[in-house]
Amino acid sequence: MSLKVLYFASLRETLGKSSEQFALPAGVASVGQLHAHLLARGDAWQALAGTKNLRVAVNQDMATMDTPLRDGDEVAFFPPVTGG
Amino acid sequence: MKISIQTEDFDVAAECAALRQGRSDVGALASFVGLVRETGEAGALTGMSLEHYSGMTEKSLSEIVEQARARLPILDATVIHRIGELRPGDNIVLVAVAASHRGEAFAACEFIMDYLKTRAPFWKKEETPEGSRWVDARESDDRAAEKWTA
Repeated sequence: MSLKVLYFASLRETLGKSSEQFALPAGVASVGQLHAHLLARGDAWQALAGTKNLRVAVNQDMATMDTPLRDGDEVAFFPPVTGG
Repeated sequence: MKISIQTEDFDVAAECAALRQGRSDVGALASFVGLVRETGEAGALTGMSLEHYSGMTEKSLSEIVEQARARLPILDATVIHRIGELRPGDNIVLVAVAASHRGEAFAACEFIMDYLKTRAPFWKKEETPEGSRWVDARESDDRAAEKWTA
């Protein structure tokens, strides 16, 4: 299962990357499990836990930690929006 | 409906004229323009940069305008949001709504802005003489959006 994961704003800067594509390890079937998988990379990835009110979108729709993931999904993590 | 994400400035008068062009059922046209203030959360600003999630932004704004249409009898709407590098005094966002009567036009304009502020994936970074910082989301914006579901 392959995923595209995007990071925006302060999270993009802290992680030093705006996107990555990778094969999802077995047992990762939801946003929450992906979040835990990324956190386990350590160091800068703790920002995924430290970002207040972290938001997530799956295929460009707002999602939650319970949202299931499927092959080819685009997942984005970002801080609360501040446009307008 | 016109949705545009762009780096270049917009002409408010031209956009409002285009919204009512060729139709005589418009009795009210309300518009809102958001600008870069010279003073930000961290003091005097030298500039501001705006990042967005290309693709989701357009989708999100279209959905917000559709929600406004579902709630209020409006005729048409235009939303333009700038991205990239901006200076104090620059335009950031335009929301213009055409309706038969002013009540719906004002309300839809406010609804679209309240939802844009809390749902559309844009992020502001303020540039100051001391450095740059990401703008924090405001709880008052969340409350403004929540009033529409009360």
